[in-house]
Amino acid sequence: MADTAKNAQPSAADGQTRRDFLLQAASTVGVVGTGIALWPFVHSMNPAADTLALSTTDVDLSAIKPGQAITVVWRGAPVFVRSRTAEEIASAQAVNLSELRDPQSDAIRVKNPQWLIVVGICTHLGCVPLGQKPTDPRGEWGGWFCPCHGSQYDTSGRIRKGPAPKNLAVPAYQFTSDTTVRIG
Amino acid sequence: MSGFKSNNAVVNWVEDRLPVFSMLRHSAVEYPTPKNLNYWWNFGSLAAFTLVILIATGLFLAMNYTPNSALAFDSVERIMRDVNYGWLLRYLHSNGASMFFILVYIHIFRGLYYGSYKAPRELLWFIGIAIYLTMMATGFLGYVLPWGQMSFWGATVITNLFSAFPLIGDSIVTLLWGGFSVDNPTLNRFFALHFLLPFVILGLVALHVWALHSVKSNNPLGIEMNGPQDAIPFHPYYTVKDLFGIGVFLMIYMAFVFWAPNFFGEPDNYIPANPMLTPPHIVPEWYYLPFYAILRAFTVDLWFIPAKLLGVVAMFGAILILFALPWLDSSKVRSATFRPLYRQFFWLFVINAFVLGYCGAKPTTDFLVTVSQIATAYYFAHFLIVLPWLSRKEKTLPLPASISAPVVKAIAVGAMLLIGATGFSGTAQANTATHELLKPEGGFSWGGVFGRYDRAALKRGWQVYHEVCSNCHGVKLVAFRNLAAVGLTPEEIKAIAAEKEVLDGPNDEGAMFQRPARPADRILSPYANDKAAAAIHGGAVPPDLSLIVKARANGPNYVYSLLLGYPDAPPADVAIPEGKMYNTYFPGYAIGMPRQVFDDVVTYADGTKATQEQIAKDVVTFLNWAAEPELEARKSLGVKVMVFLALLTALLFALKRQIWKDVH
Repeated sequence: MADTAKNAQPSAADGQTRRDFLLQAASTVGVVGTGIALWPFVHSMNPAADTLALSTTDVDLSAIKPGQAITVVWRGAPVFVRSRTAEEIASAQAVNLSELRDPQSDAIRVKNPQWLIVVGICTHLGCVPLGQKPTDPRGEWGGWFCPCHGSQYDTSGRIRKGPAPKNLAVPAYQFTSDTTVRIG
Repeated sequence: MSGFKSNNAVVNWVEDRLPVFSMLRHSAVEYPTPKNLNYWWNFGSLAAFTLVILIATGLFLAMNYTPNSALAFDSVERIMRDVNYGWLLRYLHSNGASMFFILVYIHIFRGLYYGSYKAPRELLWFIGIAIYLTMMATGFLGYVLPWGQMSFWGATVITNLFSAFPLIGDSIVTLLWGGFSVDNPTLNRFFALHFLLPFVILGLVALHVWALHSVKSNNPLGIEMNGPQDAIPFHPYYTVKDLFGIGVFLMIYMAFVFWAPNFFGEPDNYIPANPMLTPPHIVPEWYYLPFYAILRAFTVDLWFIPAKLLGVVAMFGAILILFALPWLDSSKVRSATFRPLYRQFFWLFVINAFVLGYCGAKPTTDFLVTVSQIATAYYFAHFLIVLPWLSRKEKTLPLPASISAPVVKAIAVGAMLLIGATGFSGTAQANTATHELLKPEGGFSWGGVFGRYDRAALKRGWQVYHEVCSNCHGVKLVAFRNLAAVGLTPEEIKAIAAEKEVLDGPNDEGAMFQRPARPADRILSPYANDKAAAAIHGGAVPPDLSLIVKARANGPNYVYSLLLGYPDAPPADVAIPEGKMYNTYFPGYAIGMPRQVFDDVVTYADGTKATQEQIAKDVVTFLNWAAEPELEARKSLGVKVMVFLALLTALLFALKRQIWKDVH
């Protein structure tokens, strides 16, 4: 403003006011417009319509025996589906919630106690924890062990030790029959 | 650059270590500019502005584009349909390229008219030509990326230019292709180069501006600034004038983006590339047309030099001759304002360039080849005969003593842009219709500034497609979920999808299996592949209909006419092969598809009377939606953008007048 005033040698104070108004109005409209124009660029990086539409995965549970687990792909990431044994269910339910970093009862993390379905991504920095195969290390609580930074999860997928802040996430899912589940 | 001091300590701290602020002040604020520049001097900054838009949109398009010959076409359509605002980015980019060329052509002609290439601005001129050449290469490479028919055959023809060179020509072409035809390796490298070259242009633009700031701007009088009385600081005078120019330009640019986004394009490029079939009439992008005409003007061998080589050399020579311009035109007077003869030859040259452009756009005929030859001869004669002759013989008018003396009237910016926008583009349309096309009564609902799809017609059109067309044709770019826009409920969509079986797998046993389609699946053709379809239909593959309306000139009326174009009594003088039908509007008249549209071939759920005209109109409405699902969002956003730009431009105009009122 000071610059333009110096250069233009206004003929009258009246013109100066008019000019200041026009400068401020044009600048405001221009800046607001440029800001809005950035949105389509930013929003183009959000998930596209076809990506959003591919958000369900059907899983057949019939072949999974108690104690076994399978990993299915949901939205490009692994989901752990584990058929828990009676002991695993019991140990998950027996935990004193006050011991937990992210207190959640087992009951609110499952729809059917036999089936634990969690997103298989460590809540620390996104690695896939071990524990799906019988030969994998499962940590001190018999759930999962993340090899990247040593987080340990229990048989309800809750964080028990290590740097991860949260329990393994539970995706939205529903049982479409006794032996099939739809994730997403 | 000396003596810069600010009140801001941080600014001073940076300035002492890297003198960016003094540089900015020197070259963007205080930079002395002739005070008599007219609106023709806006086009350089407009071109730079457009380059920034092209780079920004291109960057975000590249995030969603797949440079693989099997996936490229569909990835572009995914950008158009599924990526948030993808259609906007793509149309900004494709129309932006055309705008860039229009602006640069006007900028070049401005330089020619006012003698901006003469000493001491030769190097400035050379860098400009280098920018133009790099733009040509970049535009060509970019046009290949959507991998449609024009992309593919444009790439084939342009790369084959190099085969004209003796001995090494064929090896060069093989090297460019990375194979023995234009194929996936070609597409890969073209994408890489198309990403690189805009940054080369950006670097050249920086040099161009640097050179400009060393020798200062030319001006309409073509005389140098004599002193401070002839100059005004760049800021605020030309910053506000350039911003006002940007406002006007954006309104023209956005009118194309939102209401005529395929104006500069070719319908054939919405047909996926087919290496086995060249379209009947191929044309390059409009900005190459004059040079394309020069290329085609050489039809006879000259002594031992083949016509093919002559054409290629002439085409490149037509641009390279611009490098010699400062010496071919040795007149001491720069501006055509004081060169009465040159002024007339300049306009003759402009007209000649448009004639060449027209010839380049049209299919070759003996007459047009002759016209091209004369125009090509004149093009070179302008540089090699007219200019040297004028330099010696022309009686120039007396130059004014200084810029401050006369008052030069600015020419309306709108008129100039109009010339640029309408001149070449209209000629680039390939016209294939032989019979005048039928038009539905009342027209289609989606034309005009505010046009929207008639929802009832859209739903009826879907019914026609579903019950009739889908027996042979897919719309594979449309997913069942998209039918929500047609007016179907989620339950209806699920039910319709479940009628179709799609291949999925492998399952845990490793076998592929069929399952009912889900809303996210695409509406495929009923045939497993093209070979299966051809076997059933006597060799003809029923085309996918997703883009059929966009892939034909005057698409809606063409498809409408074609559906109704089965006369009861075909003309006796047209021979139709066995197994084909006569259709009045199909190129060549012999179509594989029997007549499908009859009165009452469907029973409309909404009770509308199913006349054949109604059915054709409805299904074309559906097919236009399938081709342009973004149309309604595009037009409604366009209206908002235009209202905004009108306000901004009006404010900038008022501000510009206020700032400029004491000059002159």
